[in-house]
Amino acid sequence: MRRLAYIIQKEFIQVFRNKAMLPIMTIVPIVQLIVLSYAASNEVTNVRLAIVNQDQSAASRLLIQKVEAADRFILMDFPLSVEEGDELLQRGEVGIVLVIPAQFERTFYREKRGEIQLLVNAIDGQQATVGSGYLSSIIQSFNQEMRAELRLVPMQSNQAQILTTSSNWYNPDLNFKYFMAPGILGELVTILVMLLTAMNVVREREIGTIEQINVTPIKKWQFILGKMVPFLIIGLVLLTVGLTAAKLIFNIPIRGSLVVVFAFCILNLMAVLGLGLFISNLSDTQQQAMFTTFFFVIIFILMSGLFTPIESMPKWAQYLTIPNPIAHFVSVMRSVLLKGSTFQDVIYHFRMTGIMAILFNILAIWSYRKVA
Amino acid sequence: MKIFWAFVRKEIYHILRDRRTLAILFGMPIALVLIFGYTVTNEFKDASVAIVNQANDELSQEFIEHLTSSGHFQLVALPQTRDELETTFRANQAKLGVVIPPSFSDDFYRQKAATIQLIADATEPNYATTLVNYANQMIRSFQQQKNQMSEQAPYSVAVQTRMYYNPQLEGAYNFVPGTVALILMLICAMMTSLTIAKEKELGTMDLLLVSPLPPMLIILGKVTPYAVLSFIDAIIVFVLGYFLFDVPVRGSVPLLLALCLLYLFVALALGLLISTKAANQQTAMMTSLFTLMLPTMLLSGFLFPIPSMPTILQYISKVIPAKYFIQIEQAVMLKAAGWEAVAFPTLVLTIMLVVLLAAAWKNFKVVKA
Repeated sequence: MRRLAYIIQKEFIQVFRNKAMLPIMTIVPIVQLIVLSYAASNEVTNVRLAIVNQDQSAASRLLIQKVEAADRFILMDFPLSVEEGDELLQRGEVGIVLVIPAQFERTFYREKRGEIQLLVNAIDGQQATVGSGYLSSIIQSFNQEMRAELRLVPMQSNQAQILTTSSNWYNPDLNFKYFMAPGILGELVTILVMLLTAMNVVREREIGTIEQINVTPIKKWQFILGKMVPFLIIGLVLLTVGLTAAKLIFNIPIRGSLVVVFAFCILNLMAVLGLGLFISNLSDTQQQAMFTTFFFVIIFILMSGLFTPIESMPKWAQYLTIPNPIAHFVSVMRSVLLKGSTFQDVIYHFRMTGIMAILFNILAIWSYRKVA
Repeated sequence: MKIFWAFVRKEIYHILRDRRTLAILFGMPIALVLIFGYTVTNEFKDASVAIVNQANDELSQEFIEHLTSSGHFQLVALPQTRDELETTFRANQAKLGVVIPPSFSDDFYRQKAATIQLIADATEPNYATTLVNYANQMIRSFQQQKNQMSEQAPYSVAVQTRMYYNPQLEGAYNFVPGTVALILMLICAMMTSLTIAKEKELGTMDLLLVSPLPPMLIILGKVTPYAVLSFIDAIIVFVLGYFLFDVPVRGSVPLLLALCLLYLFVALALGLLISTKAANQQTAMMTSLFTLMLPTMLLSGFLFPIPSMPTILQYISKVIPAKYFIQIEQAVMLKAAGWEAVAFPTLVLTIMLVVLLAAAWKNFKVVKA
């Protein structure tokens, strides 16, 4: 037991000796958590818009008024022709050009129909759909107003209607920060501890200090555990600070039990640390270790469900998320914090992460060879 | 000059000898393109729905069939009450709940107005909105089908939407430029900062500095192979995008590649700057990862729209090189734009390059002295 304590002590001394790393482990992740949670929103607001008004009638002015009143759009320009509108799209100055054709009002009253064109920059498909969707609904309500002025007898309906009411549980205001902050926190902690451990053993090997440890009577598992505990503690401290920051700044709800959250974090960190040490044992140079880790981390992040729901991935990709610690982490954080899920509800994630933790650590112990 | 090439050759040997890093360097862009192409998508199918069917009559059965026939929704549970629905939400089984009231068919046929309640698990706000919108559409089409509604009423204004540059709304048009920006930034900056930090850590930097080669050439020699590697990576992504996902290059290819090089130099300069600051590889790696990876992913407009961000972040995004490079790529690849359209972002990148190089050079001198 004393041996274990010594190696833990040694690791801590080494971590705190590197002054350049301290801010990277403490302040930088918290700042990122705050900044990125603000950035990561799929809301579509401030869409830049240009209107080509070829009609210049009362009707077209009414429509423009309605669009101006909507706070999702910023009216940038009134180009004189469709070509000029195209030009603005091409230069990226606007996202949508709305075209009111000549004789719009006349055709509306004479021929009882009307047409309005939207030219949309669709490189980002989702934004294009959402943005033009908002605009279409403004045009619909404008249309209804015009029809109301005509005092059309409402279409006699013996037609039955289905009305819908919809409610958003757990996050009624659709607050993106509630959704992103726990996930980003998990991601940051995982990157940090995985890299720290992955570089750890291989660094000793590169510098040559591993020989000095190899000649001591330390057991393999003691070595791995001794390497793990300090980083586990660092990870937990960072998580605690991050959660506190998220609570204070974004006021994210904590509906479930914090015991479950922390129990899961410990298990998850153990899995991640085991993987990091395993990579470290297999690598010849720090550079190799870093790139291997980095490769895993970026795939873990993108396939974690942090940005896009796992449900929409193809089936084979969904299976690939099972050995992905970040995916479990994100899911558990969101369920427990936002929905108040209990241990029973998330037991699946505990099981999978537990299996990973055991597996990775066995691999880590196995791959550590005392003979260099 | 001969010594310089000898030096470059030494670096290339170093890289080639480390097979695993090399494999990752080339495997990464391929993996990223495949992940973005096949898994990171906002389209949805088989979304899990739980239906609380309190009516349990013919009409409600027909409705459920209509809802699930689209292939977008998958019925995963039939809870009896709203409490049970909540349980399925908490266990992450369902993302959308549909409550059909007991008097559904009576309301529909006699009262001419029935109400269906949609309850979304809004922990994922965007997904929730998408599901609710789609369910609404399905309900409307069910209603039309039941009523055999006629088409357009008079005095209605039709909206004709034309999607420019990407009429099929392919996600690839957005992620291929983004991936190139991300890969170039990460590999180039990280590799550069690491290779120099490594020489420092092992103490061989001093050895190099006392060699007859001027320090400028030493640095150049160290970064050249990585620049070439990253450039090849960028081309791999473009080629994969073109053949697997049909992402075109509508503008001039030489222009695109030239500007690609410019961006690559900016990334190199960033890497140099980091390496002059970092004393060892670990610090260099952490600094590049934390200051480059997430900001490039999240603040460049690649994953999330910049105009929707808070004002401060919009200002921060102005110093992210990837933002300008993505603008350039989109303009040249998708909008077939020429020189004039990319002049501004090119200018910004050039200024960034000069500033970063100057800062790196200043730091380097301080370190040397």
